[in-house]
Amino acid sequence: MNRIIFILILCTSTLAIGQNVLIKNGTVLTVTKGTLAETDVLITNGKISQIAKNIRKEANYNEIDATGLYVMPGIIDAHSHIALDVVNEATSPVTAEVNVGDALNPLDVSIYRALAGGVTISHAMHGSANAIGGQCETIKHRFGEINPDNLRMQGAPRTIKFALGENPIRTHGEGSKIVPNTRMGVEQVFRNAFSEAKIYAKEWDDYKNGLRKSSPEYNLRHETISDILKGNILIHCHSYRADEILMLMRVLKDFGVSKVCFQHVNEGFKVAPELAAFGASASVFSDWWAYKFEVYYSTAYNAAILTRNGVVTSINSDSDELIRHLYHEAAKTQRYGDLSDDEALALITINPAKQLGIEKMAGSIEVGKDGDIAIFKGHPLSVYAIPQMTLVDGAIRFDINKDPDDMRLDINPSEKFSSFYETDKSQENNGCLQDVSEMLMQESYAKYLRFRYSKNHSH
Amino acid sequence: MKTLNIFWIFSLIFLVNMPLLAQQVQKAKKGSFLLKNGTIHTITKGTYLGDILLKDGIIYDIGAVKTDVTNITVIDCTGKHIYPGLIDSGSKLGLAEIEAVSVTNDFSEHGDFIPHMKALTAINPNAVAIPVTRVNGVTTVFAKPEGSTFPGTGALVDLFGYSPEQMTCGSERVVMKFPSTGRRGRWDRRSDDDIKKDAEKALKNINEVWASALAYAKIDSAAGAQKQTWVKNNPQMDALLPIVKGIQPLFIEVNSKADIEEAISWVAQNKLKAVFMGVAEGWRVADKIAKAKIPVITGPILNTPRRDNDRYDAAYTNAGKMSKAGVKVAIRTDNAENTRNLPFNAGFAATYGMGIDEALKAVTINAAEIFDVADKYGSIEKGKIANILVTTGDPFETKTNIEKVFIRGWNIPLESRQTLLYDEFLERNP
Repeated sequence: MNRIIFILILCTSTLAIGQNVLIKNGTVLTVTKGTLAETDVLITNGKISQIAKNIRKEANYNEIDATGLYVMPGIIDAHSHIALDVVNEATSPVTAEVNVGDALNPLDVSIYRALAGGVTISHAMHGSANAIGGQCETIKHRFGEINPDNLRMQGAPRTIKFALGENPIRTHGEGSKIVPNTRMGVEQVFRNAFSEAKIYAKEWDDYKNGLRKSSPEYNLRHETISDILKGNILIHCHSYRADEILMLMRVLKDFGVSKVCFQHVNEGFKVAPELAAFGASASVFSDWWAYKFEVYYSTAYNAAILTRNGVVTSINSDSDELIRHLYHEAAKTQRYGDLSDDEALALITINPAKQLGIEKMAGSIEVGKDGDIAIFKGHPLSVYAIPQMTLVDGAIRFDINKDPDDMRLDINPSEKFSSFYETDKSQENNGCLQDVSEMLMQESYAKYLRFRYSKNHSH
Repeated sequence: MKTLNIFWIFSLIFLVNMPLLAQQVQKAKKGSFLLKNGTIHTITKGTYLGDILLKDGIIYDIGAVKTDVTNITVIDCTGKHIYPGLIDSGSKLGLAEIEAVSVTNDFSEHGDFIPHMKALTAINPNAVAIPVTRVNGVTTVFAKPEGSTFPGTGALVDLFGYSPEQMTCGSERVVMKFPSTGRRGRWDRRSDDDIKKDAEKALKNINEVWASALAYAKIDSAAGAQKQTWVKNNPQMDALLPIVKGIQPLFIEVNSKADIEEAISWVAQNKLKAVFMGVAEGWRVADKIAKAKIPVITGPILNTPRRDNDRYDAAYTNAGKMSKAGVKVAIRTDNAENTRNLPFNAGFAATYGMGIDEALKAVTINAAEIFDVADKYGSIEKGKIANILVTTGDPFETKTNIEKVFIRGWNIPLESRQTLLYDEFLERNP
């Protein structure tokens, strides 16, 4: 009963977006403007309004004492699949018309667990089954909201998932015996889809300019792809091998598209000069490798090599497990490549913000930006750091001292505990090939095990 | 002018040869090494400033070592820290090269009762992930099979050597999966009744196997007592003999609260020595595990809670809670290619309640004791095998650099395919 009351309180009390908070006397890691000792951060109506020493608290402000604590910008994950009911529309190599924003699940407890790791924004992505997958949604971790629309980050640009290599090849070439069955085929899927969309856009232009009398047939797939070609949708492309990364940059150049963020991009380090020259960015794992053949020739020094070559780089999770300690994943670049504190922190704050096109609203502690803040005991790049409190738009969404253990929002009244799962949820649910594998799921244990290892890291 | 030309010519020759020099394979070096004036974290005998002499593959001397340094490589460790090599108590390192490519995986053989399948046979000494792991300070792992009720026998190995014989630590242990009443995943939609029935059936099968094993052991002992040669071909039963006879513990994978309780009574009923592995909900029954004096290998620590209603840090805090209740805890990654994250798993356990000292024990001396090799492994003591790290600081801390790794007294090059790719591509040319 207490739990239900708490949830009601949570749902009602946090609905108000735009809080007034004064965070007192912390070590402020602004990321973009240096580290400020014993400094206050004032949040007014959910936005950072002042950063200074000894700010006087006004009456309608909550105060958080951050003495001895580190105050950093809310962490941003440029690649995740939490808060989604479904991830892959694996029915065609091109599905630009679908949007994971239609499948947001605000009740997913993974959102809370991400907050407990200081993560305030994530990029909820379509999976990697298709060369051109569905559109993605940049979400704010307003855990407690039950209306899916309240997760959407207003003002964030539209994004779409592309995918190269083994996943589209396995799904369509091996699975359905259609193109693409090779990396040659993947290239032609893009060229064909872009060309069709160009023709489609020209037909509409002709109609609007009175050059044709009847309107062309409306087609949401072509419509979306022509928006990509116009630069209105940011491409986030699942990729691993150096050759396929170069391929997509060539195709994009041919069609006049200049913005792309390569996701995973385990062999990005091999083509770092080309990525930098194109102006492409890279969102990588800190150290995942060898879970499939196309990531066998990886190195944990990837982020450092890309950074040193001038590529805007972020570290992402692609997992409801990793998303809880991205601060630790970023710190690994100090072991693997000696990045400075600010460089390492940028990998999980301002850089992913740039990749999602939200750098004017989030990713650093600067006046005018959203009041998304993570407060740590211990420096966030230390393995001994413990997140204490996480604020989204100035509202406290995680508080280590006050939150109850059970933070579920969807409770089955017939069970006291929820089920015990033998496997880590992230190993089976949240990979990029989610739903594709589920179609093939069998109940037998042997098959399950085989599956676990083909699916474990199906990113 | 002429000298300048010669200078350029020499420089050119040097530059042309440089790639060749850089590509030369570094090899491990054997010899005697005197580590001078480092902070020695012995684990079992305190922490102090001193020297260590590594000779003949063992820790030959510790303290203020006074010795003739002819033929000894002296390494100044001033400002450095010296730790024993870290031990991962559960991994698939060497048994799984590329997880999605099934022909490169050797940890899961066909059959439900196959304890005679030996991991040591299939561990690839040249697995690419082995150097990747040891440069992070992990010198020893328990590589184990999995996938059925009795999937085989795991092996404790050092991460240097070119054959199983060179790598083995002499401790091979039979692994068993206790029948589970948990769900196998979100897709597992069996009814609660069906789950219970499946688990009961699985336990019945195990009990039948055990009754046979007991009978087999009696015949074997009788034959031994009469000094008779027993002509037989039953490798499964032979593999269980050391457990049935109480010589070795059985390593049991068990995770949920109810299953742990059931496993504790099953172990007691059969009067076995046992070690529990996984033990994800150990924190819910820590006192019972402590009372049963069953040591635990837990992990990965970096894991999500296994129930939606659990506190977000349930997996982080599990090791600490069991340790505080008096359970002997060791830590595993349960991974293959990222076994290198063992120190970070231990670091999170330390942060979330276990404390640094206990977490260090969990990846050194506790592991050595659990595998019955504490006379040779798990601490810096005279006579133990020279598995030693020299670091810039705390090995759990993310930014710490591991500067030297010794395995069995060999000075291991801090090189892996991942560092070679860094060297080649940081400043790519052309």
